[in-house]
Amino acid sequence: MTQTAIAASEVKPRRLPRETAVSALGLLLVAAVVVWVLYEAIKSPQEFASLIVAGAGNGALYALIALGYTMVYGIIELINFSHGDLFMLATVLSGIICVSLFNVDSFGFGAVGAVALALLISMAAAALVNVAAERVAYRRLRRAPKLAPLITAVGLSFMYQWFGQRQFMTGSAPKQWSTMFGDDGFNIGDVRVPYTTVTVIAITIPLLLLMVYIVQRTRAGKAMRAVAQDQDAARLMGIDVDRTITFVFALGGGLAGAAGLLYLQSVGTSNYNLGFRLGLIAFTAAVLGGIGNLQGAVLGGFLLGILSSLNDGMLLGQQWSMTVVFTVLILLMVFKPEGILGSPTTEKV
Amino acid sequence: MSTPTDAAPAQPGVRKAGEDLLTVTDLHVYYGNIAAVKGVSLSVKQGEIVTLIGSNGAGKSTTLRTISGLLRPRTGTVVFDGKSLVGIPGHKVVGHGICQSPEGRRIFPKMTVEENLELGAFLRNDKAGIAADKERVLDLFPRLKERIAQKAGTMSGGEQQMLAVGRALMGSPKLLLLDEPSMGLAPVLVDLIFDTIRTIRDQGTTVLVVEQNALAALRIGDYAYVLESGHLKQEGVARELLKDDSIVKAYLGG
Repeated sequence: MTQTAIAASEVKPRRLPRETAVSALGLLLVAAVVVWVLYEAIKSPQEFASLIVAGAGNGALYALIALGYTMVYGIIELINFSHGDLFMLATVLSGIICVSLFNVDSFGFGAVGAVALALLISMAAAALVNVAAERVAYRRLRRAPKLAPLITAVGLSFMYQWFGQRQFMTGSAPKQWSTMFGDDGFNIGDVRVPYTTVTVIAITIPLLLLMVYIVQRTRAGKAMRAVAQDQDAARLMGIDVDRTITFVFALGGGLAGAAGLLYLQSVGTSNYNLGFRLGLIAFTAAVLGGIGNLQGAVLGGFLLGILSSLNDGMLLGQQWSMTVVFTVLILLMVFKPEGILGSPTTEKV
Repeated sequence: MSTPTDAAPAQPGVRKAGEDLLTVTDLHVYYGNIAAVKGVSLSVKQGEIVTLIGSNGAGKSTTLRTISGLLRPRTGTVVFDGKSLVGIPGHKVVGHGICQSPEGRRIFPKMTVEENLELGAFLRNDKAGIAADKERVLDLFPRLKERIAQKAGTMSGGEQQMLAVGRALMGSPKLLLLDEPSMGLAPVLVDLIFDTIRTIRDQGTTVLVVEQNALAALRIGDYAYVLESGHLKQEGVARELLKDDSIVKAYLGG
């Protein structure tokens, strides 16, 4: 008979001097970064502001993809490694719709309509593919050891890449696509703001707010949170666990679809292995913010976007981008392993 | 014969007459190739507390989980309120009026007490009825009222058990299933929980309770079944079983 008390007390253990030293060091590092950023901001405010703008645009994309990782992880503790490649497929699909079908290469009513249509189709298709992947590949592994679905995800990632590499998709070499805005933009003072960045943020922010609203305020969101904590208990409440998980995959896929179109419109290239790099950055963003935490993924996405943009423009240069991103991740994991907004994992009895 | 109390049937030693609310017949449940329940039959009548006692691994929880639809029986029938429940998925059984407070409480630790209770009423749309049931639960367990905005995972084991029972009641069940409500609780809390179970029965909810704490369970029960390694070993009016030598020896430490 188990006599263990299950109540997880919130009492924090007394901090050891070593831990205090470590967190002091961590704070020092953060302070150093902040001082550096402020210094650059004062030295050349105009360049700094444009880098922030560009970084926010990238960050919005990272945030969209990161949400797909974090939501799926939150509900079934699966790191869906194929998510980045799903995003890649969505990018190519958007390109096919916008450019091959509607020949979008400049701004206009027709172009806006075509891009909007591409956004909807891309979101729907990515959601559908993600749901199918869950239904076919992950569902039957739900009670299997955690490594099994993880390897399945890696396998799906290769399958998506193979599909993306077909000639009718993006092919083996990077492919250029025309975009609606190109490099056009406007100036606020001396700061250049590209139209694409505005578009990306204008579409991303409502989507992010919608996700938070769905998870926190709706019935489906309530079911999601219950399933995330205890599937059997959720079933005993009358919650359809399978349907809830399907819904989460649909949401995550939809966001990857939106990110695909926005990436295409802002960068104008596609490549079959695009998903690996962006997926990795987005996954890092999700971990940085605290995996399983929606706001954390958004925060992590914007943070990485802005940080790597600052690095590219002012610090070490673009070739060091990934190094900086992962240094930040490693440092954060050392000092705050649960992520910025994540809650510490408590062992359940 | 002992002095009759209000909880005893009109005629000592005889089960209350009435319609079966739940009838389980010849239930066989397997985990893979291992049989956990081997031919259990039992019934629960309207307005009763029926207790299912037995030691660890006797198949009590498995029986309950099968009734709730979390497990599928290999053979056997489960008939509730005139309808067969076999093959109905777990999340739909709740809609038929069976709510379970599972073993180990399984409350949602990161949600508040209030959110937990609301989840208990997940399938219901009648706002007024939900509010009334919430009132009822908070009356039964005043402690929960004090903790209403607290994260459930931070409460004590006893409070979590109250929440688990309360959450199940929020589904407005015709039949309340309780799996080991006394597990890991201090004796004073066990008494409190079992008194409340009796109150719940008196308010008109039929209860099927699974317990290792045979003494506490037989004291409040109307009718009892004894399980042993997947088989039904004995059944009878709970008060009679309390006096049965073999039961006393095996389960009551006599």
